[in-house]
Amino acid sequence: MTIANTSRLTPYLFLAPSLTVLGLALLYPVGYMVYASFLNWNPSQHIGQAEWVGLRNYLFLINDPSFRESLFVTLKFAAAVVSIEMILGVGLALLLDRQLRGMTLLRTLFILPMMIAPIVVGLMWRYLYHPTVGPLNRSLSALGMETVPWLSDSGWALVSIVIADIWQWTPFIFILALAALQSLPKSVMEAARIDGATGWQQIWHIKLPLMLPVLIVTCLLRLIDAFKVLEVVLVLTNGGPGLSTEILSLRIARTASEFRELGKAAAMSNLLLLGLMVLTAAMFAYSKWMETRAARLRKAAEADAA
Amino acid sequence: MNDSRTPAQHPGFYALLVLLVVMSVGPIVLMLVTSLRLNVEIMSDTSSLIFVPTLRNYEQVLCDVLWYEPKGIDSCDPTFARALGNSLFIATIATVITLVIGCMAAYAIVRFRFVGRDGLTLATLMLRMVPPAVLLVPVFGIWTFQFCIGDQCAAGTHWGIILIYVAMNLPFVIWILQSFIVQVPIQLEEAARMDGAGPFRTFFLIVLPLIRPGLAAAAIFTFRIAWNEFLLANALADRKTRTVPVTIVNSLTEYNIDWGVIMATGMLLAIPPILFTLLASRQIITGMTAGAVKG
Repeated sequence: MTIANTSRLTPYLFLAPSLTVLGLALLYPVGYMVYASFLNWNPSQHIGQAEWVGLRNYLFLINDPSFRESLFVTLKFAAAVVSIEMILGVGLALLLDRQLRGMTLLRTLFILPMMIAPIVVGLMWRYLYHPTVGPLNRSLSALGMETVPWLSDSGWALVSIVIADIWQWTPFIFILALAALQSLPKSVMEAARIDGATGWQQIWHIKLPLMLPVLIVTCLLRLIDAFKVLEVVLVLTNGGPGLSTEILSLRIARTASEFRELGKAAAMSNLLLLGLMVLTAAMFAYSKWMETRAARLRKAAEADAA
Repeated sequence: MNDSRTPAQHPGFYALLVLLVVMSVGPIVLMLVTSLRLNVEIMSDTSSLIFVPTLRNYEQVLCDVLWYEPKGIDSCDPTFARALGNSLFIATIATVITLVIGCMAAYAIVRFRFVGRDGLTLATLMLRMVPPAVLLVPVFGIWTFQFCIGDQCAAGTHWGIILIYVAMNLPFVIWILQSFIVQVPIQLEEAARMDGAGPFRTFFLIVLPLIRPGLAAAAIFTFRIAWNEFLLANALADRKTRTVPVTIVNSLTEYNIDWGVIMATGMLLAIPPILFTLLASRQIITGMTAGAVKG
């Protein structure tokens, strides 16, 4: 697949601009962050003036109840949104996978929520959740029901941000699941139908197992994104009430800008990055494993045919 | 599509479709409607569905750049209009730079064999997931103290923000464009090379026009991230270089929220991505599925 007889330098010339930018503005900052996580550093200081404290930032974090609370909130949030969105998204894809006239328009409308800025999504939902003039509570009281303290109650606040995230990101899973469904081999579905498999049997024994590789990658992508969520929560609750919605990325931002403890924020960023790297590596390993398995199966099939 | 291919669906199915469309578009429509009402009316207890839409909120937000003198606005705050200009400039330039250098890198990875190719592929994959929150501390430190030319440091300038946006988007753009470049028939490139075109000419004149759909998808994704990003812009921008998301969050911290005005600003921030979606939904969906399915 490569073009012969080009100068050895050519690929590096093509790569040079990207490598420069990535090195200067991405790799170097990440390394800088690892270094900063061992410092006691505040924003008015030059990093050279900051005091070296070794692992003290990490030890502090492990013993810090509000960091543990924030970690717990993040895990709860991620688990809730990913599982609910997977079920809804895949379910909708299975339901809507048919010849439909307006499918293109429908998909266009569905991807609108995830194209809009997270800040604006937060704004929208903050208005919807407004205790007195918000449409949600207005409708509830018009129906004669009790209004809900969407953002002001520590129990409801997390539910409210989960709902907003589900609204924004379920379409992502729906679109990917639908693409996976439509690329399934037609012959298999035909064979199942001829053998008399019911709709549910087709879904459980054929469609879902065949979609599984795509679904697992989708799930991991969503999980990685769920740990990155920040703006929607910032606009909706700013972490409150109390610490009930203070997810990890928000805590990093607040530690850096409000508490002015850059070292601790860097240590937290480092832990978050490690977690995300494990997830990404898992995704990468999984897709590599699927590839080699597919290659082996193909080889076996060819050997059988010969 | 004739009728034999689209069998009649259960009526409940259409009800579900309508419900889904209402749920996904409803909040956006509500925001649009709210942005066309005055705050007094929004906050009043007897709000009705029937109202006279007004552009007053938009006039107040954009007062500085309007070609006419809006009536009934006593003081003009130029903050938002300036932020809109900043956002447009930063997002556009960041998108152009990311695309140009990203597609060159993707081409090198697909078409050439060189030392460190596998490592590079892995690195772009891993860098893809670095979230803005993780970059906050180091980028603030480096941009404020180290990336300086004379007295002028990268923090607070348009170019400082553009640099981090380019870096953030490059891994994804490189990755997504690879899957499009692989599909370009290599014979075309070989023919061009036979005719004496160098690698750069082959790339810009033969390959680039063929991967236009991929470029469109990558451009939309990059623009969207640069246009929507808040956290790093907030840390880096000063008074003169603030982007729209930063001004929106700043105006939210005030005690009395003017919902009409803030929804108008939100709408203005949402309009470009909505337009892109309506115009190029096919490319967006191709890009999304190529990113996940072919991972």
